[in-house]
Amino acid sequence: MSDQRGKEGKQGLTRRQFLNYALGGTGAFMAATIAAPLVPFAIDPLTRSSGGNFFDTGIAEADVKSDFPLMAEFKVHRKDGWVEENVKVRAWLIKDEAGQVLAMSPICTHLGCQVAGSVDASGNPEPSKDGEWWFHCPCHGGRFTVHGINDPAKPPQRPLDVYEVKIEGGKVMLGNLKQRKV
Amino acid sequence: MLKKTYDWIDERLNITPIWRDFADHDVPAHVNPANKMSAFVYCFGGLTFLIIVTQILSGMFLAMYYVPDIVNAYRSVQYITDEVLLGNIVRGMHFWGASLVIIMMFLHMLRVFFTGAYKAPRELNWVVGVLIFFVVMGFGFTGYLLPWDQKAYWATAVGAQIAETVPVLGPYIKTLLVGGDILGALTLTRFFAIHVFFLPAALLGLLGLHFIMIRKQGIAGPL
Repeated sequence: MSDQRGKEGKQGLTRRQFLNYALGGTGAFMAATIAAPLVPFAIDPLTRSSGGNFFDTGIAEADVKSDFPLMAEFKVHRKDGWVEENVKVRAWLIKDEAGQVLAMSPICTHLGCQVAGSVDASGNPEPSKDGEWWFHCPCHGGRFTVHGINDPAKPPQRPLDVYEVKIEGGKVMLGNLKQRKV
Repeated sequence: MLKKTYDWIDERLNITPIWRDFADHDVPAHVNPANKMSAFVYCFGGLTFLIIVTQILSGMFLAMYYVPDIVNAYRSVQYITDEVLLGNIVRGMHFWGASLVIIMMFLHMLRVFFTGAYKAPRELNWVVGVLIFFVVMGFGFTGYLLPWDQKAYWATAVGAQIAETVPVLGPYIKTLLVGGDILGALTLTRFFAIHVFFLPAALLGLLGLHFIMIRKQGIAGPL
């Protein structure tokens, strides 16, 4: 290929170039025909939107306190490929300074372990044993305040993620999970 | 850009002679459809290979969604067919391609037979071709079970019983094929493994031999 190139200068195509282009074009067309259905098939997950629904936690807004978080355990309908099931999901509910319900995911923002709240043996919230840190992660010692704010000296580098909250008929409804800024 | 990248690699590894050696070969006049249209029969082997390549590709993609398990197999196939983007097309490629491979392979075999191309010194390539034929049949037999629907199940039940009729060894062959006494969970995983790992390895090896031999010996002369 290289030895033939440039012999004719810029005057038109050499026979060899023409044949190369024709063969290359035909080959590319055939490859594209095969790839056309395969690529959309593989990227199908990108075309699916997840969530968007709100789920009832069964907890009344009035029951959410502003001193300590309260654990809500509720079912979320999940479609995982051909498997549809109701999975148990947990969230910690607290009222923030403005009196709005803050619903925190118990998933540690470091590597995804489940953080534990400071509760007594019967599951009722109690003051933390180490000052302001109320949530503790069992994996790498990450810890968070009652509002899910992380201790920057520990591995997790952002606060606990929060669910979108909607109050309907006095009940707390939770939607998609959102990340908070550091 | 492409040319520069190629040149950069070529300068270091001198790859041009490798692919030149592979790509440059004479196509005799009697097999060139441009000279005589009826020479298209010499394309059947290449077409078989082209379809095999699309089978491998579509199969790789199907494996992204398929599960070889008696609980999930049917539902995952249903998911591919009804829900995945163009899933019906990709499954269709694999489904129709399977029949097409066998048809093209058979036409290729008829061409080789009627032009006498199997004769000395090319007997060994005919033998390898027949082995490829058996491997492709194996693909058909094992792949047919994978959707795990009624047709798949009973076709395999019949196939297993045909294997059982072999004198003396029959019952052992059937047990090995089915992976036990019951046509079920073990059969499905077994057929899946054979279909996607063992047979492709065998097929690629045999095809390699087939192509090396035809390149070394050249295409048989005109009638």
